[in-house]
Amino acid sequence: MIAFFIKLAKNIFSVFLNILPILVVVTSFQLFVIKQPFPDIASTISGMILVLVGLFFFIQGLEIGLFPIGEKMAFQFSAKGNIWWLLIFGFAIGFSTTIAEPALIAIAKKAGEIAAEASAIPHTKESIASYAFWLRMTVALSVGSAISVGVLRIVKGWPVHWFIIIGYIFIIILTNFAPKEIVGIAYDSGGVTTSCITVPLVAALGVGLATCIRGRNPIVDGFGLIAFASLTPIFFVMLYGIIIY
Amino acid sequence: MDLIYHSADVLLGTFKDVLPIIGVIMFFQLIVIRTRIDNPGKLAYGFFLVVIGLAIFMIGLEKGLFPLGEAMSRQLTDADFLANGDIPLLEEIKKTGTVYPSLYFWTYIFGFCIGFSTTIAEPALIAVALKAKEVSTGAISSWGLRLAVALGVAIGISLGCYRIVTGSPLHWYIIAGYLVVVCLTFVAPKMIIPLAYDSGGVTTSTVTVPLVAALGIGLASNVPGRSVIVDAFGLIAFASLFPIISVLGYGIISERIANKSRRKSVRGT
Repeated sequence: MIAFFIKLAKNIFSVFLNILPILVVVTSFQLFVIKQPFPDIASTISGMILVLVGLFFFIQGLEIGLFPIGEKMAFQFSAKGNIWWLLIFGFAIGFSTTIAEPALIAIAKKAGEIAAEASAIPHTKESIASYAFWLRMTVALSVGSAISVGVLRIVKGWPVHWFIIIGYIFIIILTNFAPKEIVGIAYDSGGVTTSCITVPLVAALGVGLATCIRGRNPIVDGFGLIAFASLTPIFFVMLYGIIIY
Repeated sequence: MDLIYHSADVLLGTFKDVLPIIGVIMFFQLIVIRTRIDNPGKLAYGFFLVVIGLAIFMIGLEKGLFPLGEAMSRQLTDADFLANGDIPLLEEIKKTGTVYPSLYFWTYIFGFCIGFSTTIAEPALIAVALKAKEVSTGAISSWGLRLAVALGVAIGISLGCYRIVTGSPLHWYIIAGYLVVVCLTFVAPKMIIPLAYDSGGVTTSTVTVPLVAALGIGLASNVPGRSVIVDAFGLIAFASLFPIISVLGYGIISERIANKSRRKSVRGT
């Protein structure tokens, strides 16, 4: 029981730690630099509290429900050693966690609204929603395939930097063909995707694999999956942009 | 009434967002591994919390975090604030509609502070840093790594703000950054490379991303001459790219220092 409350307090604290720096920076800028009353302060504060509470429940739920079973499965699949199931599992985990990633949901919606305002897509609720939905699907599919390739890389022991460098080269080439409107959101989507659900599960998969396969060093081989997952969305979102514009 | 309707809408949306994970777990657990789920009640309770939490988070985002970022960027780009009491300058800004990029220095400082402070306290980064220290048996110090990443994010966001203000094309910065990454990769100690690449993606947390995105959108819509759709995004890309450079740099420097002290101790004995 005591352990439970310690864990609870730790979680509340770690969520609060997410907000605290923002509050400190914003408040000191308001007081010392801008020196003007903040607009809509009550609504902003209540919104921040909701963000805190929501994130707390979210992470709490992940730790109770998803992480134990996800990590256990990641280790089971690593130990089982069937490469095909491992690849499929990697894809499924990458895809499904990305769809639920809160930051991506928020950004995709914003991107839809901006595209509608700039009349790149029709200004209706449906077209904004469908733009956001397909943006997220694109990202999720690319994260899924990135995890698959990354798993294959760990199993084979290929060095990570060749993949990254080749990926960068492809991205640079594609940037020249992509419409200007999509480049920003494409580059951003790489960083957005790997956040509070994807990272712990994917890291568990990587470290589990590297620990289970003989001759693999967990630090050199275990990490690197997330790097893949941040790289491929850039490429595929630009492709998506080329298709829809 | 509107709020209740909206909340129900958001709740339904988040339920759909979480559904794929439930599907994946069920499929692999029941059909592939073929074991019973240990504690289905606990799992269901966990998912219930996830759905509720995500819904509350999304509502809070719209009410709090997005407006906060946009309000900050509006205030920081306000002509009166930029001119800072300098009447001729204020008139010039109002007349010509153009502003020197250097006048926005408080925006760059704000970006730097937000990047640094949110990253240094980021729980995901703390976890990765501890794990890195553990697997490298202390060769990578957890504080050094955190500091390197935080500085990278801070410089990234600050430079990203500068890019939005000047309106220069995003991909030149990114390509230049990638080139630096590629060059450093060949000099950096092998152990730090995957860690450096990962640190780019890990750092941008669920709270930081919407705030930084809102800052970018606010800047692009308030700085004269910028277009929201072309210039608004890209800050997060900067925040994910620069930590790679700074962590690789940290790896190179700490290896040099370690080598030097080793040589010294060899000579000493």
